[in-house]
Amino acid sequence: MAKKLMKGNEAIGEAAIAAGALNYFAYPITPQSEVAEYLCWRLPEVGGVFVQAESEVAVGNMLFGAAASGKRVFTTSSSPGVSLMQESISYMAGAHLPVVMVNIMRGGPGLGGILPAQSDYFQAVKGGGHGDYRLIVLAPASVQEAVDLTLLAFDLAEKYRNPVMIIGDGMIGQMMESVTFPEKYREPSSPEGKPWALTGAKGRPAQITKSLFLDPEQLEQNNIKLAAKRDEIKKNEIRYEGYKISPENKILIIAYGSMARICQTAIDEMEQEKVSVGLLRPITLFPFPEKAIYDEAVKPNIKAVLDIEMSMGQMLEDVERVLKGKKPLEFYGRTGGIVPTPNEVKDKIRAILGKGGKK
Amino acid sequence: MIDNNTMTDSSVIFKRPESLSGKVTHYCPGCTHGIIHRLVAESLDELGLRERAVGVAPVGCSVLIYNYFNVDFLEAPHGRAPALATGFKRVRPDMIVFTYQGDGDLASIGMGEIVHAANRGEKFTTIFVNNAIYGMTGGQMAPTTMPLQKTTTSPFGRDVNLAGYPIRMSELLSTLRTPAFIARGAVHTPFHTVQAKKLIKKAFRLQKEERCFSLVEILSTCPTNWGIDPCKSTQWLADNMMSYYPLGIYKDPEKEGTK
Repeated sequence: MAKKLMKGNEAIGEAAIAAGALNYFAYPITPQSEVAEYLCWRLPEVGGVFVQAESEVAVGNMLFGAAASGKRVFTTSSSPGVSLMQESISYMAGAHLPVVMVNIMRGGPGLGGILPAQSDYFQAVKGGGHGDYRLIVLAPASVQEAVDLTLLAFDLAEKYRNPVMIIGDGMIGQMMESVTFPEKYREPSSPEGKPWALTGAKGRPAQITKSLFLDPEQLEQNNIKLAAKRDEIKKNEIRYEGYKISPENKILIIAYGSMARICQTAIDEMEQEKVSVGLLRPITLFPFPEKAIYDEAVKPNIKAVLDIEMSMGQMLEDVERVLKGKKPLEFYGRTGGIVPTPNEVKDKIRAILGKGGKK
Repeated sequence: MIDNNTMTDSSVIFKRPESLSGKVTHYCPGCTHGIIHRLVAESLDELGLRERAVGVAPVGCSVLIYNYFNVDFLEAPHGRAPALATGFKRVRPDMIVFTYQGDGDLASIGMGEIVHAANRGEKFTTIFVNNAIYGMTGGQMAPTTMPLQKTTTSPFGRDVNLAGYPIRMSELLSTLRTPAFIARGAVHTPFHTVQAKKLIKKAFRLQKEERCFSLVEILSTCPTNWGIDPCKSTQWLADNMMSYYPLGIYKDPEKEGTK
């Protein structure tokens, strides 16, 4: 299929249609309102459902109701809006429903700002809502990858009957890049082959979709089921990408999303200074590429691991956990909507090597 | 003259609606949820809707309603049933969707969801049970609690200077311009129960005909949390609630010429 020049936000909307997900519920919030502005005319064209809800609280719960039908459903929002959806995320996880949610992150906390940030890592990866559940969390680094991961997100959500969160920063949403969509779009999703879907008690006993288990043993069983799913996801779904990974690397950068692309520029420029730096970019933030990071980090030439984020250090805690103290861990981050430049990354690398025994 | 054939022919003239599961409910003695459940179930049966019905359960005394019905059910977070119903009905307009909510669920924490669902004209049905108190959590003040009514969080009676006056949901929702069927009934006497059944059945018929949003408010008793015995509770409802919450049809698409 021919390449198209598209804004990340619109491309995500089109990718969902390509995935056969024709049911979208949303509330406007900067910097991702273009998704709703795109889908409000695009979905009716393909026989889909577009609902502008009265709040993100309602959005999450409309998704909850719609997901129980067995059809593919999704929303997009940004940080403060996603906070309001946490109630429904917890309920949908507890009720084992597939749903795809996109968070085009802006700076927080509170109303924060409207510029790009990566400060919702904890919320997406560690919880957000109450109870013992995990989300599958995907982090695209380009508009094309946002399209590819949107397609993947719906498959993963259905495979595990679990909510999937795509977190991109404001740059992914606002940036225009060339993208290609699948040659053949999926058929509109349906309840077929989904015995868990509510389709009416015709020729079968009545079915209940719920997260309420007043009997503690039943509730524990539901949590055991969720934990088993979590372990399956950790076993099967880890995705990451290396950039200029080599035995010569002195520094191993860990960064995701747009931040990883900025680091690539810094890495290219450091080559001219004869400093070899590699990048390992988690594509799945949950499950986290623990073994891949550890295996690269412990290679003999690596002087330090450098975690770079558009936050004050959230993924950092996972990297620290993975390293088990085997290598020094450094951090660089900007926040509030300020994006670290390649020069800032390079300065940090030079500082580490200066301190760490540059030959 | 006695016809022997008729005498010996045992034909069923009254039975449990197919839409009810037959499980014993957990409701307190004198609670009217059971009656209202039956009216909903009879309506679904009579209109032939059971096999394509999906109910949305609230948080409150009727949280376990899905155990008592023989239809598919979703269990909603507190107050959000109209949002779940919106989501389900929009993606499956061929199904019959209803929420069943109490006054804490609908008129307090779920006020936003019910107002906007009604205003968008979502084509589902809401059964709103108003017993003027929070039942499941043990008798706290609700937005519908009567002035001076004693509850565990208004032990000296509802103070309207601090808590405002009880919210009349049917009146409030009927101010919305969007066509809808909105009515209030009661089930504290057989007469009122028969009238309430007509309202509930009409609400489901209008949904079946893909007409409009429909809400039927039913005044209900809560002897346990009111601290009044069941028989006197029906009298308390008649004496205290009916003048403030008048019964009747507040909005009717068949009387507005809407389609």
